[in-house]
Amino acid sequence: MMLGIMVKAQTGYQVGDVATDFNLKNVDGKNVSLADYKDAKGYIVVFTCNTCPVAKAYQDRVEALNKEFATKGYPVVAINTNDPGTSPGDSYVKMQERAKEKNFSYAYLEDPNHIYTKKFGATKTPHTFVLTKTAKGNEVAYIGAIDNDQEEVNADKSTYVKAAINSLLQGKKPEITSTKAVGCSIKWKKEGTTK
Amino acid sequence: MKYVSILLLVCAINFANAQVKLLTLSELDNRVAKGKDTTYVINFWATWCAPCVAELPSFEKLKKEYFKTPVKVILVSMDFKSKLKSDVIPFVKKHKLKSEVYIINEKDQQAFIEKVDKKWSGAIPATLIATRTRRLFFEREFTKNELEDLVKNIVHGDYKP
Repeated sequence: MMLGIMVKAQTGYQVGDVATDFNLKNVDGKNVSLADYKDAKGYIVVFTCNTCPVAKAYQDRVEALNKEFATKGYPVVAINTNDPGTSPGDSYVKMQERAKEKNFSYAYLEDPNHIYTKKFGATKTPHTFVLTKTAKGNEVAYIGAIDNDQEEVNADKSTYVKAAINSLLQGKKPEITSTKAVGCSIKWKKEGTTK
Repeated sequence: MKYVSILLLVCAINFANAQVKLLTLSELDNRVAKGKDTTYVINFWATWCAPCVAELPSFEKLKKEYFKTPVKVILVSMDFKSKLKSDVIPFVKKHKLKSEVYIINEKDQQAFIEKVDKKWSGAIPATLIATRTRRLFFEREFTKNELEDLVKNIVHGDYKP
């Protein structure tokens, strides 16, 4: 029996791994899979939530990424990492409210029991995985932060996700394939709770 | 005049605990470098990080007087600088934190994380225990006993990674 809490193992995807697809419920009630995006060249999968101050600070930037790259073949797909029992502010209803309030142009999916949060290996919010379509499937090309300026105080910030996708659009590997960032811990479902 | 300045000094010390200043990494490194035989227990936390807040008492209650050389606890918040007055200072006042509290003041978070420790993923809480000659980094939470044992082993030279 393992305690799930102190796991610091490198589980989850590394750059170069092929990501599995999913079928998760969007805030509009419909299910969404990566395969639904027929014209996609790749995806910007953002593991995020309603409640984390860092995730909230990035909301507008996530929207901007979708606006910039969806038409170029890289749509944003956001996934809520948090269990609503542990974190009521991250319930499905609250997700819907936030998506409506901020007019999200992208899918905001729930991930009950953290199945894809764990599969991808998201360890905090926000945590971004850029996937690119190759012959092998949806290959992970970048993992980490959206930029190195959470608080938006640095005009010279490095915009990692943008740079990664621009490289991929030119048929090149991103120069920086992984970065670190401070974020909120995932609010895991508590053992023994029924839902 | 002398009494006024003493009075002001006393007032300043009393209010000092609610003072939260900005801190750069090089300021922190300089402090440690000048620390002679002091062991600095530097905890990275944030007001919005629940596990961080839960373990703060372990740092606050560290029985520094039982160690044979000086031990100093420094709490470095990863809260946004813009939240200094709205979030961090009220938090410090509410929880009556006695340790020194700073907000990190670095433009490039990626570089900062790497400089603190190359193995750090950026997750908090995390604790750096540093002397002039040694740095040990722990990306984990601590109970009060775990922290006390660890610092004791480090200060008294028994610590083996």
